[in-house]
Amino acid sequence: MDQLVFAAEVFLNGLMTGVMYALVALGFVLIFKASGVFNYAQGVLALFAALTLVGIQQGQVPFAHLINAMLGTHISSFGWTVPALLAILLTAGVMVLLAFLIEKLVLQHLVGQEPIILFMATIGLAYFLEGLGDVMWGADIKTLDVGLPQGISDGIEAVTGEWFGYGFFIDRLDIWATIIAALLVAALVAFSQYTKQGRAMRAVADDHQAALSVGISLRFIWVMVWSIAGFVALVAGIMWGTKSGVQFSLSLIALKALPVLMLGGFTSIPGAIIGGLIIGVGEKLFEFLIGPMVGGATENWFAYVLALLFLVFRPQGLFGERIIERV
Amino acid sequence: MKTKLTALVAAGMMAAAPAMADLVVPNLSYRTGPYGANGTQYADGFNDYFALLNERDGGIGGEMIQVPECETAYNTEKGVECYESTKDSGALVYNPLSTGITYQLIPKVSVDKKVLYTPGYGRTSAKNGKVFEWVFNAPANYWDGASVAIKYLLDENGGDLSGKKVALVFHNSAYGKEPIRTLEGLAEKHGFELSQIPVDAPGQEQKSQWLQIRRDKPDYVIMYGWGVMNQAAIQEAANIRFPMENFIGIWWSGSEVDVLPVGEKANGYKALTFNGVGMDYPVYDDIKTHLIETGKASQGGEHVGSVLYSRGMYAAVVISEAIRKAQEVAGTSAISPEQLREGFEQLEITPERLAEIGLPDFGPEIKMSCDNHGGSGMARLQQWDASAKQWNLITEFTEPDQEIIAPLIQQDSEAYAAESGITPRDC
Repeated sequence: MDQLVFAAEVFLNGLMTGVMYALVALGFVLIFKASGVFNYAQGVLALFAALTLVGIQQGQVPFAHLINAMLGTHISSFGWTVPALLAILLTAGVMVLLAFLIEKLVLQHLVGQEPIILFMATIGLAYFLEGLGDVMWGADIKTLDVGLPQGISDGIEAVTGEWFGYGFFIDRLDIWATIIAALLVAALVAFSQYTKQGRAMRAVADDHQAALSVGISLRFIWVMVWSIAGFVALVAGIMWGTKSGVQFSLSLIALKALPVLMLGGFTSIPGAIIGGLIIGVGEKLFEFLIGPMVGGATENWFAYVLALLFLVFRPQGLFGERIIERV
Repeated sequence: MKTKLTALVAAGMMAAAPAMADLVVPNLSYRTGPYGANGTQYADGFNDYFALLNERDGGIGGEMIQVPECETAYNTEKGVECYESTKDSGALVYNPLSTGITYQLIPKVSVDKKVLYTPGYGRTSAKNGKVFEWVFNAPANYWDGASVAIKYLLDENGGDLSGKKVALVFHNSAYGKEPIRTLEGLAEKHGFELSQIPVDAPGQEQKSQWLQIRRDKPDYVIMYGWGVMNQAAIQEAANIRFPMENFIGIWWSGSEVDVLPVGEKANGYKALTFNGVGMDYPVYDDIKTHLIETGKASQGGEHVGSVLYSRGMYAAVVISEAIRKAQEVAGTSAISPEQLREGFEQLEITPERLAEIGLPDFGPEIKMSCDNHGGSGMARLQQWDASAKQWNLITEFTEPDQEIIAPLIQQDSEAYAAESGITPRDC
């Protein structure tokens, strides 16, 4: 009985962790859907967004190290702090600006190139943004606090304690992440279904040339999609940065999104969510049930094994589009 | 034009390369990548102490010290590349701050005859100088750390840990697995139950591990982590309300960057250390005068006094004292790596000498020899005060349990000697 109750707790926590993975995977899906590009820089975008948010919130002078080294000054802070909500809005603005610059300086020059070329460009972009983030805001680990609660939910612990004789652990941050992810997905679906820009985005996703022929601006769509992906990266950066500080490792969360994408499909927003949930629950239950027999630390590799198992039966992922090429 | 270009390149190379008479101590550092935040502070402390000796004393024994830096990003392959690219520049000693890189360099340094100094990390059994002729790991190693932690817990429990549960949360790597054998031996000796909980690198997601801890309810948790794994673990411990005073990290899990992101909830967390904490040491006045105020401190001196800065500085202190001893023994200031090895083997850093350097009671007394390359293994505990945002030392230096550790070191080093075809030397 105890094992069953523990497994239920692990299952719930797996779902919550899956939502966190899905938040990262969403950014990949948006860009892939609209442009067929696998954006290698998505994890670094989350890091850059979180670094920028902390920097703005704490009134940090951007490029302070560089300025000090060149001019011999000792500046580091403007001496003010910015409220969390305003800082989030300003950071979202920075991400839009970044999207514009990416389109202007990188993508615009690669129109019509093979997807692999665009993919390579995003690898370069990832390294550039890593360095830019460091130079702009410094390489120290930063504390991110936008007022999200963290720690065990007393209510859930008390209720489950009464029901099962064992109080479940559910992190309040994970509950918030779930609510925010649900709102984000609803907003994204509504945007792509019911707005003119959203429909244009879907048209570009279906066929670039056809979309261009009916007057849809590819450049505008790319800026828009990268802006939305930047905003999603900001949300993911806030959630993961709140958990363990804002630091380089934040960019590595992209590794957790890959099996989610393989499983859910690269072109489906619901696929990213369902894929995230399956990976989250799968890896947590496997670690709980099988981990002790094989020495533990199974989660990193098991997520990929699980994704590969799904691929055997559905190569396009659970919700991906089946590609039929006529020859 | 061609001649001018050649002359320019030659001039550039001469400016970049250290003068042949200088003491060359390459700094295989990492300021980028997942462990960059930790590596940066350590590298700053390491650089600054040598810079201080150059600025204040004109080097060591009249020889200036060159510290060419090479970025490893905590990547073993890059670390080996850094070693290969600097070893012919007159390099005396290497301190790569990575157990993975250390394992790769151990066979190389004995061929190239370079000293490898790995304070508090690397291969623990390198303490046996009969087998590891070129490697030194004083003042303490991973096994010493595990033993000192258990000794502390024994003190806290009136000398009896029988029936207690201790969980080891460790970085699932060569480094993290190091203390397992020692802790198993100590568990058998003292009758406590040991559980092992690995965390895969980088360790950002640890929900499973801490749910397990919540279910198992260990009395104490010992952590061997590095980088983001530390912050995530301390945060998860706070989330499940694990008592911070029962949570002890190894010295690589006990810096400011590990606890600050967790805020007030990290209050009371403990960690081992083999170097002093805070700024209350005269050497920092010299660093301020000679480096910070003159603009010569690494990154403007922003990390001066942090735990990892102090540890990097302490590594430089031990190396510089070994150089001093080598110069004294060899009767020359321009020493070779072989002479530096002699200096390390005859090194003695007494409390009086530490006070002279401006670091009273900063580290344990170090006395090395031909067969003991690891010193006494003494370490102490520090505790985090979240409201003051500072570490406080809470114990004196404590000796590890050599009854358990010495046979393990003997066994492991002899196994290495057998597999590497090394005949242990007579000491």
